[in-house]
Amino acid sequence: MENKNFEDVFEAKLAKNEMVEPKDWMPENYRKHLIRQISQHAHSEIVGMLPEGNWITRAPSLRAKKVLLAKVQDEGGHGLYLYTAAETLGTSRDELLDALHTGKAKYSSIFNYPTLTWADIGAIGWLVDGAAIMNQVMLQRTSYGPYARAMVRICKEESFHQRQGYEIMTHLSFGTKEQKEMAQDALNRWWFPTLMMFGPPDAESPNSENAIKWRIKRETNDQLRQRFVNQTVAQIEYLGLNLPDAGLQWNEAKQGYDYSEPNWVEFKNVISGNGPCNKERLAARNASHKNGEWVRAAAAAYAKKHAEPFMAA
Amino acid sequence: MNHLFTYTLRLADNALVLGQRLSEWTGHGPFLEEDLALTNIALDTFGTATSLMEYAAKVEDKGRDADALAYRRNEREFTNILLVEQANGDYAKTILRQVLVDAYNVLFYTELAKSKDETIAGIAQKAIKEVSYHYRHSSSWVIRFGDGTEESHNKIQDALNELWRFTGELFEQDETELTLIKQGIAVDSKAFQSKWEKQLDELFAKATIKKPETVFMQTGGRKGIHTEHLGYMLSEMQVLPRMLPDAKW
Repeated sequence: MENKNFEDVFEAKLAKNEMVEPKDWMPENYRKHLIRQISQHAHSEIVGMLPEGNWITRAPSLRAKKVLLAKVQDEGGHGLYLYTAAETLGTSRDELLDALHTGKAKYSSIFNYPTLTWADIGAIGWLVDGAAIMNQVMLQRTSYGPYARAMVRICKEESFHQRQGYEIMTHLSFGTKEQKEMAQDALNRWWFPTLMMFGPPDAESPNSENAIKWRIKRETNDQLRQRFVNQTVAQIEYLGLNLPDAGLQWNEAKQGYDYSEPNWVEFKNVISGNGPCNKERLAARNASHKNGEWVRAAAAAYAKKHAEPFMAA
Repeated sequence: MNHLFTYTLRLADNALVLGQRLSEWTGHGPFLEEDLALTNIALDTFGTATSLMEYAAKVEDKGRDADALAYRRNEREFTNILLVEQANGDYAKTILRQVLVDAYNVLFYTELAKSKDETIAGIAQKAIKEVSYHYRHSSSWVIRFGDGTEESHNKIQDALNELWRFTGELFEQDETELTLIKQGIAVDSKAFQSKWEKQLDELFAKATIKKPETVFMQTGGRKGIHTEHLGYMLSEMQVLPRMLPDAKW
């Protein structure tokens, strides 16, 4: 009976576009969905530090090095806000990290592709962060308050990242022959994996329906993917690069581009652990966590030793 | 010999090489907050390196810019001290290397801010706040490690045993420095050597660790005679500008 009232209050909040806050009653599957989504997002941020971090020590100018370092640091910061947002739902960072490290939790599959050249750093900022922004802008108005507020800050920083990526692509595309080839090669490799970031086609997307009802999502995978393609084609043209899709064509009727579907078999393979870098990413996360164990233990032991006199007093 | 160029470039090399080492940790820190903190320190350090490189390029006035100085010189032309090029090792070694440099930098940049060369004084002024924060960070970890668990105590003690032999270079003076000290441009580091030692002795006492007693001090960085670590670091750092020499980034 009481539960029913709580549920009415919850539904009424959603209907009025109000925020749900940590102390409010919420349905268990809403909580679970959020924990899953926010923690996957947090994991994506910190795993995402690895492919980009791969080029920090090789960034080709002092400026590029600082910008990339700051960018990767931002991603870590996003991870931190998101883990904190997830904790307001009654889970802990240790639990979440444990799920990541044991391979139970997912993170964005895009980070299971390797960064082979400097142009990949440009492509990630431009395409991958661009796609992420398209997915995430709507989350600034999502129904769960702490998540929505974290996303406001994250989106601001992500749009800088996208510009940073496009700037790298611009330098390369208008640079020497070798630089332009590097840019084209990166675009060829990142285009379809980026399209996969919007998730499977709507007809096959198991989590979308509730997510839209709960304002955890506001547009479908296919709508977002279409918007991304429409936006990006002009950017590719400006760079003078070729879009690696023979099926791309302007469709006057829908006022958008028709494009070829990504290889969804590859998508499933990467998600289920068989992408080119799944093992490396997980191993790198596990190694840092394990190598940091004695550091965390030392900090805890020191804090305990030096907290006792105060507690006794 | 252009003493001002040589001096500025040394300071720039110290910052660049240390920043490069620190940035190797990004994404691999012992936990997220510490990953962010160390990356911040790396960023500050690269910031100082860039300002100093730019000024060195200007002072040299031979058409090389800051990037050319950072990316187009060979191992033998780098004049950083050996301490900053030492491999990161475990987190205790990274922190210990850092505390030795940070304690020095706080004293050094405070003096350098009084330099008669206005550009150098300005760069130093900006760096003081940053290196003071870096010292708070590294020194608090030295204490935590020393007075934490047996394992962390042993690791930080090992790091001190290993790295102390590279601290002699911090106080070396050659003709360049002596000339510029006379002109009020360079810092007389010998004047604060005992203060630096005392400060670290107090820190090590709090951390319950001990400096190794009879240590032969290594030297060579100023003359471009480095440890074997630097060559690998530079080949990694410089790969793109060397691979595509005509490219702009």
